Amino acid sequence: MKNYISILLFFGALLLLIILSQLPYTTKQSDDLSDLKAEYSQKHIPSVDHSKLGELQRDFKTPQDVTKACISCHTERHKEVMQSAHWNWEREAFIEGRGVTYAGKKNLLNNFCIGIGGSEVSCTRCHVGYGWKDLSFDFTVEENIDCIVCHDGTGDYYKAINAAGYPGDDVDLQNAAQNVGHPQRSNCGNCHFFGGGGNNVKHGDLEEAMFAPSRDIDVHMAVEGMDLQCVACHKAENHRLLGKMYSVSSMNRDRVTCEQCHGESPHQKNILNEHTIKVACQTCHIPIYAKVNATKTSWDWSTAGRLKDGKPYNENDDDGNITYISIKGSFTWEKKIEPEYCWFNGTADHYFIGDKVDTTKVVKMNTLNGEYADPESKIIPVKIHRAKQIYDCMNKMVIQPKLYAEEEGQGGYWKDFDWDLAAKIGMEALDVPYSGFFCFVNTEMYWPINHMVSTKEKSVSCKECHNRTESRLAGLQDFYMPGRDHSVVIDFFGIVLIVLSLAGVIIHGVIRIVAHNKRISEE
Amino acid sequence: MKKIYIYKAFERFWHWMQAALIIILIITGFEIHSSFEFFGYENAVNYHSSSAVIFIILIIFSIFWHFATGEWKQYIPTTKNLKEQIEYYLIGIFKNAQHPVEKHELSKLNPLQRLTYLGLKLLIFPVMVGSGLLYLYYRYPQQGGIHILDIGGLKVVALLHTASAFLLVAFLIAHLYLITTGQTITSNLKAMITGWEEK
Repeated sequence: MKNYISILLFFGALLLLIILSQLPYTTKQSDDLSDLKAEYSQKHIPSVDHSKLGELQRDFKTPQDVTKACISCHTERHKEVMQSAHWNWEREAFIEGRGVTYAGKKNLLNNFCIGIGGSEVSCTRCHVGYGWKDLSFDFTVEENIDCIVCHDGTGDYYKAINAAGYPGDDVDLQNAAQNVGHPQRSNCGNCHFFGGGGNNVKHGDLEEAMFAPSRDIDVHMAVEGMDLQCVACHKAENHRLLGKMYSVSSMNRDRVTCEQCHGESPHQKNILNEHTIKVACQTCHIPIYAKVNATKTSWDWSTAGRLKDGKPYNENDDDGNITYISIKGSFTWEKKIEPEYCWFNGTADHYFIGDKVDTTKVVKMNTLNGEYADPESKIIPVKIHRAKQIYDCMNKMVIQPKLYAEEEGQGGYWKDFDWDLAAKIGMEALDVPYSGFFCFVNTEMYWPINHMVSTKEKSVSCKECHNRTESRLAGLQDFYMPGRDHSVVIDFFGIVLIVLSLAGVIIHGVIRIVAHNKRISEE
Repeated sequence: MKKIYIYKAFERFWHWMQAALIIILIITGFEIHSSFEFFGYENAVNYHSSSAVIFIILIIFSIFWHFATGEWKQYIPTTKNLKEQIEYYLIGIFKNAQHPVEKHELSKLNPLQRLTYLGLKLLIFPVMVGSGLLYLYYRYPQQGGIHILDIGGLKVVALLHTASAFLLVAFLIAHLYLITTGQTITSNLKAMITGWEEK
């Protein structure tokens, strides 16, 4: 009996040992985090009060006068801005198979409002400049830089609708000029939260809720937490901002990474740190996006143009999201979305105007490169925006139609609802042939999800990926993942082996009992 | 009634420790394989990894013990009485026949046990430990730069590990049943607990 107790004690002790070995044995992580918190809670104290500068004590007639005043002191800064993508809307980039390219908003197509060509007056409301209304805009004229839109501290400065980047007539330029400072969330968000013409249309993880988010929405930017501004991560030495969106960028450089603050092995558990070799931080730490307001997930241009009594109209869903609008077609919206996932090595390709498309497949407006076998690749969360958009079915080219026009009869689709005419004028403006035959093609666009980082308690659990039936990574089949994958053959023969073993011992045992009983009764 | 001291203290400690570890490893391992849910995935992974490390330490000690004491000779395979032993399990056992091989200190394993345990030690355990270590530590060798470990992914490692696990379960089932085939139903179990076997 004693021996049985000692065996039980022994088993108990072993289990205890195994469980004890799992307890965290270091507080390194929290030390690192408190260092970061100490560093980032230091408030920036401006060295200049612009309201005291003599140069700014005057009535500015035009916004360009403000820019000249800025340059009169900050004599070289405009050169930095004029090197930036915020100004040029394109970047020099090497793309495998294409060589050196100059691509960006200026000349790439997307599957929302397609492209800016012909509609500049409307789109350049978000350009850091004044007067980009058509191809004639001169990118070398420094006074056309809009310094205030990024540096305004009043919150009253705004750019007017369809005014090629000029501010509203009622903006107090003197007040704005006297109250400039480091960019705040509102400066960045006024454009970046509303890309695509409305709140959260494009990104899904950048929207007006991020002006003042709670900890549940974004653990870094939370007003009751670290309250980080955009530029805390998107550092901007000499107006060269870190971070860019792969809808328009292509190369693995100037990226913002979690690692720049948190290091490459921030977890206490080594097994989690090992995951970071193949899994991006965002994959586990952004379990859902579009947490507050819906984001557009699909756009069907082919239904555009329906009129009621000869007039365009809108339809909204219960949340107030537009589900149909005559000038643009049908949309679907979703919120609290689980991202889709793909491999990404930091380089991307794009649909360039004039590329022939393979219409047997979904056309990718941008392609994120990567695969398991590529050591540079990690799994990242993405929003995939799916659309049906106009293309030239003879020349096999995606069409950029002219959309915006000031009035009817100028060929703008949003006024005339004539696809053929809009396509003709749009393609002419790009100097690309148009056959006169248009159809609609399915397209996809990949938007990496980087914001709306959740608290660690809400990060994706092991089981959400490591399970057979509904793994978040079910779509990535180029590698073996424990818990998700198994060999049907090995499992089948394994189970057969176990069943045979059980059957064998049971039958053997039964025969022994029967033989034993028979012997006893014979005796 | 004659009693002989057949299993020494370390041997019994090693056996029961190994038994417990294998059972924990099987339960947690098949949970990681998504065969069922018991501890929760994260716990299962953690317990599995810790048990594996403890198991490896135990294996190192037991290898040392086997060579230091010369007990390794117990596992030298033999064909002597092999046929008789098989016939005993297939026929003799039902007729209450005598065990064909008598246990004594210098030879405590019958020829079938010798073969099975040798296979376990030379085949299943090395495959398990090897694939298990790769599973734990190979760190995607494309980046580790250890080219000899450049197996690209977990697939081969994982499948070997799983296949061996099934074999181990089958062994465990047979082993547990064969406990009851001693002189009496419980004499084998008692011997492994106390060290003494009644004759």
